[in-house]
Amino acid sequence: MPEADRLAVLEAEAVHVLREVAAELDRPALLFSGGKDSAVLLRLAEKAFRPAPIPFPVLHVDTGHNFDEVIEFRDRRVGELGVRLVVGSVQDSIDAGRVAEPAGRWPSRNRAQTVTLLDTIAEHGFDALFGGARRDEERARAKERVLSFRDAFGQWDPRNQRPELWNLYNGRVRPGEHVRAFPLSNWTERDVWAYVERDGIELPSLYFAHMRKVFERDGMLLADSRFVDRSPEEALVERSVRFRTVGDMTCTGAVPSRAGTVAEVIAEIAATPVTERGQTRADDRAGAAAMEDRKREGYF
Amino acid sequence: MSTTTATSLPASGLLRFATAGAVDDGKSTLIGRLLHDSRSLLADQLDAVRQASLERGDEHLDLAMLTDGLRAEREQGITIDVAHRYFETARRAFIIADTPGHAQYTRNMVTGASTADLAIVLADARHGLTEQSHRHAVLAGLLRVRHVVLAVNKMDLAGYDRSVFERIAEDFGDRAERIGLGAVTAIPIAALHGDNVVDPSPAMPWYEGPTLLEHLETVATRTADDGPLRLPVQYVIRAVGGYTGCAGQLAAGVAMEGQEMLHLPSGTRTRIAALDSPDGPVRHAAAPLSVTVRLADDVEVHRGDLLCAVESPPVASDRLDATVCWMSAGRAMKPGSRLLLKHTTKTVRATVTDLHHRLDVTTLRREPADELALNDIGGAGLRLDEPVHCDPYAHNRFTGGGVLIDESTNATVAAVMIDRATTVDEGAPRAAR
Repeated sequence: MPEADRLAVLEAEAVHVLREVAAELDRPALLFSGGKDSAVLLRLAEKAFRPAPIPFPVLHVDTGHNFDEVIEFRDRRVGELGVRLVVGSVQDSIDAGRVAEPAGRWPSRNRAQTVTLLDTIAEHGFDALFGGARRDEERARAKERVLSFRDAFGQWDPRNQRPELWNLYNGRVRPGEHVRAFPLSNWTERDVWAYVERDGIELPSLYFAHMRKVFERDGMLLADSRFVDRSPEEALVERSVRFRTVGDMTCTGAVPSRAGTVAEVIAEIAATPVTERGQTRADDRAGAAAMEDRKREGYF
Repeated sequence: MSTTTATSLPASGLLRFATAGAVDDGKSTLIGRLLHDSRSLLADQLDAVRQASLERGDEHLDLAMLTDGLRAEREQGITIDVAHRYFETARRAFIIADTPGHAQYTRNMVTGASTADLAIVLADARHGLTEQSHRHAVLAGLLRVRHVVLAVNKMDLAGYDRSVFERIAEDFGDRAERIGLGAVTAIPIAALHGDNVVDPSPAMPWYEGPTLLEHLETVATRTADDGPLRLPVQYVIRAVGGYTGCAGQLAAGVAMEGQEMLHLPSGTRTRIAALDSPDGPVRHAAAPLSVTVRLADDVEVHRGDLLCAVESPPVASDRLDATVCWMSAGRAMKPGSRLLLKHTTKTVRATVTDLHHRLDVTTLRREPADELALNDIGGAGLRLDEPVHCDPYAHNRFTGGGVLIDESTNATVAAVMIDRATTVDEGAPRAAR
């Protein structure tokens, strides 16, 4: 497989989308969670405009339940690139009474993120948000446009999307509305890792095998943290694990792994019998349309 | 940084294809089968399908459940909007634009086909070609999809009969010529059981051609140099030290360091002083790569300009004849309609001057019409408030394609394929190129 060529084409498309949105919209921002997809997206933004600096800020919606390694990585990358970091804090939204602290066995703040995200968009007047979402992640994502229009309430209407033809994207919005732009739409998990390898992109250490205290819940390995209450049956064990996705600590599962390098991770993914989100995201298990429902509300 | 070369993108790598078929032709099942038999599905995806099939009371694994992503689609058992799916084999990676079959979703088929190298048109072996098969073939032809596969499905329900397949394939072949389709490959399949999808069918020993997957793995994709150089200027990068670069995605041809080129609209001849790819300086780069070009001369460059080959520039015109696929349910296109045309990296005002005809995609007849409604395809004249630099769509999808936008709603309301640019300078319109 001539992988370099495929990656070159995907890169060219992603760069095209980044430049197009930067050219046509007034106030874009790039959603950066510290995860592998947004790390790749940030690298592409760097490449699309150089030698000029990235012409928009980076936005992180911080659930307050992040892995320490991710926050450290976020701050370091942003510092290296000299881009402005805007943080929207879910904790602040909870404290301000904008959203309730989730309760229950899976007290994920993922859904609460939507409120913080939309408040932050309004506060800063962003009219475009780049995201690292891929259409291979989930079947509702498979339906999404590269430039996805959101109304004044941040809502996505899957039945009324703008047709996208050739490489022409319609990013026109009225005040208060915005677009979500997904330059990695056509990338797969494997493409992202191949690009990480080709470009030597640094990722948080979570993505590689390390010893960590975990416990099992509904077949998923969760990291021990002060954000999750364990029941007495949920015993802590120390295992060699890594993370395939990076999100809220309360709903992001680890996988048993000995893969310590990018090449070993790629080999492991090639052999795994389970998808990325199926293996590691509790928030998608809430029903067959969990992602679709969150996205309709404005979730990224 | 070392100087590297990013030239031709060889035939393998990545194939984009669109699938089209009427509601019960088994399109979702075919895609499910393709993913399943090429071992592109993982355990949790299969479990989800198994679970959903059980809940619906189906006895067998309903592979169609894999592809219907929206709640309403699963509830109604139909596909509403284009979905994109990804899989790969040892030989090639694939992007499927999975487009709905209903006549009312013509716009989605057009959307999916706009970026496809290949289209699969499904037909049910028991019913032969239907109005929908014809519609899909016509759309593939209009969009200039390079390769078309006629997949004659449900051969199991037609007794795996060779003559059934051959009759349908012949019918399709006759029509393909009339609508200007390029290479057509017909393959008899039974998606439900997997015959000739990934594995050759023991039930159809008379068929000696490739299985569907083999064909997809080996068909030639676009070649890098498919026309003279076209680089729509997308973004002008200015940086400290006086750096000025024209950034954009090559719409055709190869850009080379030192090459002479023409800047439009100024008409200035200049040279490529330096060429940057996303990875740094390169000596040459081919479509569809994104590049940044630095010019040898001090030319004033803006987004919406075009850099092109000196010897064969596109036509600049404010009057176009185009084939239009109307995509808005809320509003019809009529002579006098005012819209925006987005063409390459430029957006201009457009007025519909004439409606030449509406195309009956079943009979291929051009009928007089006074408006185009949702999913109608027709010929129209457009007048623009400033000229665009364009090629006929038949020569270049990117400099020949456009979309119309309704300025009051910001909706994308039409796909435009430029047939010819007409100029009015010498008093009478004349065809370009």
